[in-house]
Amino acid sequence: MSRLIRTATGLYNWVERRLGIGGPAIDAATHPIPRSSASWMYVFGSAATVLLVLQVVTGILLALTYTPSAGDAWQSLQLLNHEVPLGWLLRAIHGWGSDFMIAIVLIHMVQVFLFGAYKYPRELTWILGVFLLLMTLGMAFTGQVLRFDQDAYWGLGIGASITSRMPVIGGPAVHILLGGPIIAASTLSRFFALHVFVIPGLLLAFAGLHILMVLRLGVNEWPMPGRIVSKATYDAEYHKLTHDDGVPFLPDAAWKDAVFSAAILLAVLACALVFGPFGPGGQPDPTIIETAPRPDFAFLWLYAVLAYLPPELETPFLFTAPVIAIGAMLALPLIAPTGEKHWSRRPIAVLMVTVIAVALGAFTKLGTYTPWSPIMNAWSGQTTPAQYLNGRSPLERQGALVLQNKQCRNCHAIGGVGGQRGPALDSIATRMTEDQMIRQVVQGGGNMPAYGKALSASETQALVAFLKTLRGPDNGTPATDASRSLTKAEAPAAPGQ
Amino acid sequence: MTTPHQPEGTLVSPEPQGQPQGAAKDPSRRAFLFKLSVALNGLVGAVLAVPVVGYLVGPALKRDDAYKSWVPLGTVDEFPEGETRLVDFVNPVKTASDGMTANVSAWVRRIQGQQFQVFAINCAHLGCPVRWFPQSRLFMCPCHGGAYYEDGSRASGPPERGLFEYQYEVQNGKLLIHAGQLPTLSNEACNHGAPQKPLTQIEPATSAAADTESTGTDTRTEA
Repeated sequence: MSRLIRTATGLYNWVERRLGIGGPAIDAATHPIPRSSASWMYVFGSAATVLLVLQVVTGILLALTYTPSAGDAWQSLQLLNHEVPLGWLLRAIHGWGSDFMIAIVLIHMVQVFLFGAYKYPRELTWILGVFLLLMTLGMAFTGQVLRFDQDAYWGLGIGASITSRMPVIGGPAVHILLGGPIIAASTLSRFFALHVFVIPGLLLAFAGLHILMVLRLGVNEWPMPGRIVSKATYDAEYHKLTHDDGVPFLPDAAWKDAVFSAAILLAVLACALVFGPFGPGGQPDPTIIETAPRPDFAFLWLYAVLAYLPPELETPFLFTAPVIAIGAMLALPLIAPTGEKHWSRRPIAVLMVTVIAVALGAFTKLGTYTPWSPIMNAWSGQTTPAQYLNGRSPLERQGALVLQNKQCRNCHAIGGVGGQRGPALDSIATRMTEDQMIRQVVQGGGNMPAYGKALSASETQALVAFLKTLRGPDNGTPATDASRSLTKAEAPAAPGQ
Repeated sequence: MTTPHQPEGTLVSPEPQGQPQGAAKDPSRRAFLFKLSVALNGLVGAVLAVPVVGYLVGPALKRDDAYKSWVPLGTVDEFPEGETRLVDFVNPVKTASDGMTANVSAWVRRIQGQQFQVFAINCAHLGCPVRWFPQSRLFMCPCHGGAYYEDGSRASGPPERGLFEYQYEVQNGKLLIHAGQLPTLSNEACNHGAPQKPLTQIEPATSAAADTESTGTDTRTEA
């Protein structure tokens, strides 16, 4: 036994004499960190790194089967899902790993922001981190494209449409993005190159530098209210924290990182096993137009924002908001490199995180059920509630038919079913008079198309007759035109009219 | 690169008269050679950049019209007057590995006689495929709820203009359109070689403006 150990030590020494990275690696692993930093709050960066490695490994494995060709990609995904042993599980791990990675990177960022860890001397670490976030999102988008289904195809169309809004260079930029005049083979090939070579290469390089800087500058200490960061004193203070009261990273903090990373990996695996792989959805055939494309979870908020922006604000927003947002993130450590680190003394920082989180959450939630989109088959697929037909005259029932046949319900719900683009019509007669309804139907307005050309006079009459019966569950008072009673009162005075 | 200064220095002192200038300038000669090598590599890099950049931006160097050609959509009789029908065609520019993505759809509206409107399927907002509803005479987009009237003009929603229209021709009873690239705000399906609108310009999306646009297309095509 002792001989075996002697041989192993000898072998290690032989390699170490020549390679020489064992010593520095041990030094790095056991570098002193502030006692307070050996915390469960400091485990997100290492978890993101572990997820990155998981994505690289599973990505390489998927590339063994995946065919990056517009004509074959979808079939090769079917092959992975159904033919290749465990292909479905690897696709699922890669897909869920991507969602987890975005989530962990965002949590890591929020933690670093709230703990003031971006302040002196770690400004550049934060700046590299911003690029790591952007590249993570870039991987998510390009990865969605490689899952070459209808969502991917029309998602590329959305990308091309946004690109085309660039001033002056929009047209050529679309051609460069697509690699040609249409979304086709060269488009998929270039997104494959981005997803597999370009972005991962940069991502690994930046992540390496990011970690190197963490080792060089030390793990951020747990912030204390009133402990002000000043460039003149910080280095000495930090040295004291690490060398007088410090603990070695390995094992004092590393075990928490390891446990958390293992938990995250298990969570990815559990999601992959329970929920399975993402898609692919329908074939990427542009002639199949019965589709409602939707981006992946990470971009649903953007999808919602694009629906709610006023048309004239859209292009300016698309090209200024990202510049401002990314610029602000990059500039943050340069603008505020010193001062208070603790969140309790930085109310604006806490407010910003809250507002951004609530906004992103709200838009994401809206993106999951797209209330702005017409429900394309509501007119043909949903029934008219029976209580809205009971006791109605033939004309009114005819109007109920018009309401179905003219696709009104694609945008308007009755009985809680139908589109949410326009207001629900269950109590429309309590809000609008007959004249107002006729005007609204015929002329449109307020984001409703005009139906003057699509409805005959008798159809309009029947439709409005039906709408007049919709007065809500408690049969509310019908809306009245206040001026109508005045003209009626005056009517006898002018019999000639 | 073994201790360059020592031998030079020893060289200088025994023969101060022999090569005074060359010896004194030796360090600067090396610096010069290094600068020269950097410049040489810069030059090589610049030369190499030409094919690299040219390859990358190649797709953008072609003029829009270079991608387009006249595509037959079928005989005129296949499109009943007053109706709007979906047609599929194969993009004139295609490669072997395009597969089904080389297919393109378009909405053909035969107004009457030889008078047509051929709309790109892509919503003018963000390019999603619009669907035609003959009952309400509207095109609706599933993505963000854009809606268009039967003549392609904007009805409601986020689009800032009407549907993209292809240039068309009727030859020997056949309907042809000038197609070949994904229509977007900067590569409108039909531009007639007219100077393109600057993209930053966003007009108030009135249906009147869209109407003149579409009728303008018709008259030009007929003429």
